[in-house]
Parts: sequence; structure tokens; C-alpha cells
Amino acid sequence: MARITISKLERRYEETAALAGLDLSIEDGELVALLGPSGCGKTTTLNLLAGFARPDAGEIWFDDRLISSPRGVVPPERRNVGMVFQGYALWPHLTVEQNVAFGLELRRRGRPEIKREVDWALGLVNLRGLERRYPHELSGGQQQRVALARAIVVRPDTLLLDEPLSNLDANLREQMRFEIRRVHDETGITMVYVTHDQAEAMVIADRVVVMNVGRIEQIGTPREIYECPRSRFVAAFIGNANCLPGVLVEPGLVRCGELLLRTATPSVAAGTDVTVCVRPSALRLCEPAATVSENAVHGRVVQQAFLGDHQDVRVELAGGIQVRALAPSREDFEPGTEVRVQFSPGDCHIVVD
Amino acid sequence: MTSVAPPATVARSRPIAAGARLLDPSRAVWALAALALTALVLVPLLWIFASSLQSDATSQWTVGNYVEGFSRAIYLEPIRNSLILASVVAVTAVAVGTLLAWAVSRTDMPGRGLIRSLVFAAFVTPSFLGAIAWIFLAAPNSGWFNKAVVALTGAQRGPFNIYSVAGAILVISLYSYPYAFTFVASALELMPSELERSAALLGAGWLRTTLRITLPLARPAILAGFLMSFLEALTEFGTPAFLLIPARQQVMTTQIYLFFQFPSRPNLGAAYAIPLLLVAAALLLVQRRLLGRRRFTTVGGRGTARDAFQLGRWRWPLFVVCLIPPLLSLVLPYAALLATSLSRAWGNGPVPGNLTLDWYRWALFDNQSARAAIQHTLLYAAAAATIVSVLALITSYASIRRLLPGARILSFIAMAPFVVPGIVLAIGFYSAYARPPLLLYGTAWMLILAFATRFLPIAYSGSESALRGLDVDLENAVRTLGGSQLTTFRRVTVPLLRRSILANWLLVFVPSLRELSAAIFLFTPATAVMSTLIFDLSDAGNFEPVSTLGIIMMLLTFAMVVVAYRLFGGAQLARSRGA
Repeated sequence: MARITISKLERRYEETAALAGLDLSIEDGELVALLGPSGCGKTTTLNLLAGFARPDAGEIWFDDRLISSPRGVVPPERRNVGMVFQGYALWPHLTVEQNVAFGLELRRRGRPEIKREVDWALGLVNLRGLERRYPHELSGGQQQRVALARAIVVRPDTLLLDEPLSNLDANLREQMRFEIRRVHDETGITMVYVTHDQAEAMVIADRVVVMNVGRIEQIGTPREIYECPRSRFVAAFIGNANCLPGVLVEPGLVRCGELLLRTATPSVAAGTDVTVCVRPSALRLCEPAATVSENAVHGRVVQQAFLGDHQDVRVELAGGIQVRALAPSREDFEPGTEVRVQFSPGDCHIVVD
Repeated sequence: MTSVAPPATVARSRPIAAGARLLDPSRAVWALAALALTALVLVPLLWIFASSLQSDATSQWTVGNYVEGFSRAIYLEPIRNSLILASVVAVTAVAVGTLLAWAVSRTDMPGRGLIRSLVFAAFVTPSFLGAIAWIFLAAPNSGWFNKAVVALTGAQRGPFNIYSVAGAILVISLYSYPYAFTFVASALELMPSELERSAALLGAGWLRTTLRITLPLARPAILAGFLMSFLEALTEFGTPAFLLIPARQQVMTTQIYLFFQFPSRPNLGAAYAIPLLLVAAALLLVQRRLLGRRRFTTVGGRGTARDAFQLGRWRWPLFVVCLIPPLLSLVLPYAALLATSLSRAWGNGPVPGNLTLDWYRWALFDNQSARAAIQHTLLYAAAAATIVSVLALITSYASIRRLLPGARILSFIAMAPFVVPGIVLAIGFYSAYARPPLLLYGTAWMLILAFATRFLPIAYSGSESALRGLDVDLENAVRTLGGSQLTTFRRVTVPLLRRSILANWLLVFVPSLRELSAAIFLFTPATAVMSTLIFDLSDAGNFEPVSTLGIIMMLLTFAMVVVAYRLFGGAQLARSRGA
């Protein structure tokens, strides 16, 4: 088991910086998700943690052991780090059993111990009975489980997972999230989980690290990240929040065009340019009313998409800004309908860019 | 929030092993393989340059060899002959190859698959074997064609003389038109027929469409075929040796051979060979640019469905015309070789009473030197194929995975023999290893390493493309589980590539079976192989055993080709003649 400390980590490819000064520490036994769009540096971070690449600046420590710095890297085989690859990377010339036993053979374990440990790992991922199959004889989900078993059977200090579910279909993906979380809880291995799927990160991780263009935007529990985004990027990336530019009039009150919004987050000086983030699900659409109340504005529906249990409605506000709202599907909002859009103060978050 | 400074435990921590990568024992493997490869390719090339600048008499440094080789009339004559030979061969081969390619890939001619197979068989047949067969068919007095003419017309003597530049042109053309055929056929097959249809819709007749649209689009392929045939004719040794040395009309390659006969002038020979190397390098560069250029190469990899050109009543006549080149390069020569190998005396023709299987018993059982030559051929070809597949695999791995500094240079060196004609490589080997410190001349290694070097690019490019197709995560997975780079290579990379390793082995083995132009300079009586024994026996006029050995050699070759074809299909085989 290991505590991982990353400090001021940088990595360039040609001229572009893939990683521009990353600071992060991961506790022993924690499951941390690195979340961000492609090109944000999350896979680069994983490759540096695994020892496949050398940093251009900064250091990585496992406990009190320096394992990566610009001066050199401990090669992957001496880090006791396990990895689950995006394409699984199962060796096609070996059976399930041989794939899983491979790491134990490299460690020169005895035959009975190998058998026992392989059996344990396959049991952990519910794959007993498929020992003699070859990878191409397995479904995608089964291959995924073999990859997981192969990585954990050697009891690595840390397990790195590189978008492990991105090749699975939606149902299987949801099921596997819980499986991976269960394996983590049963083994207690420190895990670093890379994904671009925010739902996946939320379900699986103790803490989520949101990354963008080589930097960390925010670190926090899934709830913190969702409820208190600290940047416009995080707000937009997690749950597609509406971002309304505005000016802070007084603590807790923001003017966005014609709209005056009372918000949850105070403590920014008046007169500052800010962005108010509010999630589509927090907007309420009502019948237009004569009286103008606080945190409400008139708008006109421009687009509507029916999604089953709810509908996705785009509304153009009086000031010309467009917002997205998720409304219950029983009400009907034809394009052109006049509506009143209500912003609940508790759901409006101020972000200073 | 969890951004932290580096831990305060720096002092008592183990310092990072900066030398960890240097200490990795697997690096020795990559480095040794790279060194061996570099030596294999560069040592002979450096030696040929060094020798060319040394006097044969005094070993002093001099440019005298170049002056002598390229100013004396008797040495300029072969250059002139070589250029005439190569130009006429190239024109002939392109004309024949283009016609056949068009007929096979663009028309509804019957027997298109048959013609294609026959062209491929001509590809595999070495032209020196064709030259020997054509001696039986068209030698001035004894040739069967001449005898037939004499018998039919009552003339004093027949009209054909294969011992002439025209004869050499005929034979080399017969075995180099497949280049033009292959290039043009693949260009035509990738060309979408919309291009032709739109010309037709605009009112162009088929002749105009062919001349204005089809052929211009295929022009780079035609030119590439021209260059390859030119190069083949320029560097070919066997056919001129069999047909032109008796006629006392030398070309460059036979002149180089004569420089190595008594009184030998090896250093003059080296200087004389340098232009061949430079011309080969230049032509292949141009050829690569032509085929690599996107401007003409007509769109995507998948050929569109296309309607064949309707030949109408010309279907069968065109088929007959297309049968002529295979008839001359395969049917007649192999018939002649087979008949001779089954005759007591070839001059009497294949008639009852003259037929015998004795020569096969002679070659396979009775004759010590023939048996030895067959064994040597198989042994050397297998050794060369094994060495080169292993070396190519390790070095291309080190290069692609960037395990060594200068990885790019390594692939460049590995591909360099591609531009070195066999005869030039042989002189390099002779210059390098026929003297101390590394005296290999007279040993089997001389031939094995020459074959290995000559066909190294085939195996190297094969390994490289196989490695590019391998998901690098399959290897990374081993590393994360605790395996070193070398363990990874051994336990995962090699097992996954075993099919392409086998393919590389076969693709080196097959051309090594019939290699002549390098072997002829490097063999000694103790290390004779089939091709050199054929050369010596033919020199002495023993054509029956020559034919027998030729038939055995081609049986072995075609057997291996069939095995390779069964295992891997046709696409990879094309590479074997590419180098």
C-alpha cells in the first residue's frame, strides 16, 4: 500500500505542455478519479505514475521513495504498480489462467501458491470456470474482468486504471463501476482511475480531480465538485451547468443583464465580474406571471427535446441569453411558448474566473 | 485541498537510481544486436570504398583505379554495352508488362488468373536459369530452334544466336517484365473506373480514353517499372555471364568478374563497381518518390466495382498474345531444362533411347560435389534466414521502441542493402573478409553472411511492420507486472510475432536458395552451392547436370513458395522480389 505524492509535475510533448505543474497527494487506500476531457493530461499523469515516461520537471513519491524526477525514473517493473489498460491488453496467446498467473510467475511464486492466488483473483471478479478460455473467446465485460484480476493478483501497492470501461456498452459500464468499487473496498488497494465520464467518476471515486489543459481545476469529493464548482470549466464539465456572465452588485446579489440573481455563495467584493453557474435541473419553468419577482425572468422556448422521464428545454431569456432547463416531461413546452424561468438562490453558484 | 509540497523525508529517502536504465541488462542485448547489424552492413561498404582507392600492385592510396577504369577503351566498352542492354531491356519489359497488366486488370480477356500466376512464376525464376535454357533453344548451331529451321528449310545454318547482346536482352526482358506488370496492374486496379466512364460520357472513344486517361494515370507506375527493369538489367550477373562472356562482349558485371580472374585486379574491380552502387541508389530513390507521390496515385485503398473493358471478338486473340511472354519465359525454358535433365546427351533431343533418370541419381546420390552443393545451399540459406530473422527482429524492436539512441539511423542502416546490387555487396565482402583480421574467405560464413546482409531489408521491413501492428499496451502490461523489457520481448512480443517471424524466415530462405551474383565471388570449392556449381558445370559445357541441378533448385524454390503462400497469402510474397 502506498501514499502517492506528486509535486510540480510537468511533461511536454514537442512544444506543447501536456502537464503544467501538477500537485496532488493520494492517501493510502484511497480511490481517486482523474476526470477531464481528452488532452487534459490525465493519461499523461497515469503514464508518469506507471513509469512509462520521464517527467520534464517535478517529482513523484511513493511513500518516502522518490520514483520519478527529471533525473531518472524507476522502471515500471520495479514500482509494484498494477495497471488496467483501456484496450485491456490481454495477451492473446495465453489463456485466462495464464494471463492472470503471469505476474506471479515473474515473481517466482510456487505452483500451489500461484493456483491459489489465481483462484482468489478470478473469484473476486466472478470469473471462476473460464480459466481455460482464450481472450478472444470472452465478451468485452469478461475481458475487462480478466484485466482487473491480472492486475490485482500480484497485490500491487497502487492500481492505475486507464478509462477501463470506455469500450463497454452502457449497461455493462454501470454494472462494472460498482464491481470495481467493490474490488477496491475488498482489497484496499490505492487506485487512480482515469476517465472522461463524469458520472463514472462520481460513482466510483472517493475524491475526484477535475483536470483541464494540463492543470488541476478542482479536487474534492463528488458532492463538493457537483455542488460547489469552483470554476466555470468544472461547472460546465460536471452536469452541463448554465453559465451566466454578470457583475456582483452586493454580496450575494449578481446582475446578469436584466436579471437580478440572489445567489448562495457570498464573499466576493462588489463590482467584480463573475459567472453564475446553475444546473439545468435547478431551473423551474412556470406560467408567465404579471408580477416580476426576484430570481425570475421571462423567456421564450426555442427548442424542446423529449427524453422520457424528463425533457430538455432551451429558453431564450429576455436579455438574449439562452439557458438549458430540465423539466418534468408531463408539462408541454412547445417552441414559442412564453415561460417564466425561476432560479432558486441555493442552486446559483458564483464562480470568479 | 490536497496540493502539497514534497515530503520532508527527502533526507532519509533512497536517492533515485539515475543509472537504473543504464544498468538494465537487457540493454546489452539491444546494443550487441545493433552493433552486429551495423558491422554486417557497413564493414563491406566501407571496405569497397577503401579498396577502390588502393593500388592493386602496391597497396598505396591512389585514385588510379578510377582513372584507369573509366578512361581505357577496353573498360569503357562494357559500360556502353551495359547501358544499351539496360535501356533496351527496360523499354521491352515495360511494353510487355504494361500490355499484360492492362489486359489482366482492365479487360474481359479469358484466362486472366492464369496469366497472373504465370507472371508470378516468371518473377520467382532466376534469369540465369532462363539463360541456360535459351542456350538449348537458340545456341548458334546446336540450338533446337536452329536445328528445326535447318531441317525445315535446308539452310546451311539457323538464324538464331543467343550468345549476343540481343540474346541477353531477350532473356533479361523475359524475367524483368513482371516488375512493370506488378506496378501497373496495382495502379490500374486502384484507379476508379469513374475516371474512365466520365471520359466516355464526354464522347471519348475507348482508344482516346486509354491514351488520354488510363495510361497517363498509370504513368508513375510505368516509370517505376522502367527503372526497376533498367536496374535489374544493369546489375544482373548470371545471364550476361552465361551468354556474353562466351561472345567476348562484356558488360560491367562480367567485366567486374573478369577483374577477379587471373591476373586479378580486385581493387580496380571495386572502383569499377562503385557507379553501379550509386546508380542503384539514385534509381531506387526516384522510383520510391514516383510510387510514393500522391498526386497521381488514384485515391483510396479499396478499388471500386468496375466494368471490364469489352474486348468482343478480340478476347481470344489478346489472350494468345498475352501467352507469348509466359511461353518464352516459362513453358519453353522449363521444357528445355526438363528434357535436357532427362537426356543422356542434350544434343540428341528428347527421343526414346536418349531418355534417362541417371542425372537425378547423379545429383542426389552418386556425385559428391553435387550432393555437397545441394546440402550447402539448404544449410547456408537456412542459416542466413535464421540469423537475419533474429537480428532483424531484435534491431527493429530496439529501433521502434526507442531502446537505443540513434534508433532512426539503425533502421536506415538495416534498409541500406536494398540499394546495393548483389555483385557490389560481394566485392565488399571480398574486400573486407578475404584478409586479416577477420578472414572468412573459404568458410561457409562468407556466403551465409553475404546472403544474410543481402536480404536483411526484407526481414527488417517485415519485422518493423509487424511490430507497428502490435499494441504497445500488451508490452506495458508485462512491465507493470514486474517483467523487464527483455522478459517482455521474450514472453510476449516474440510469441505474438511468431507468424511474421516465420514469414521473414521464408522470404529470406527462398531468394538465398538461388542467389548467384554474390555467391560467385565468395565461394571456394569447399563451399560451392547449387548456383555456383551450375555456373562451373555450364562453363565446362556439361549441360545435362546443369539442367538437373536447375530443376532441383526450382523444385525446392517452388515448394517453399507454395508453403509460404499457404501460410501467409500472396501480399507478403511480393516483397521478396522487391528487394
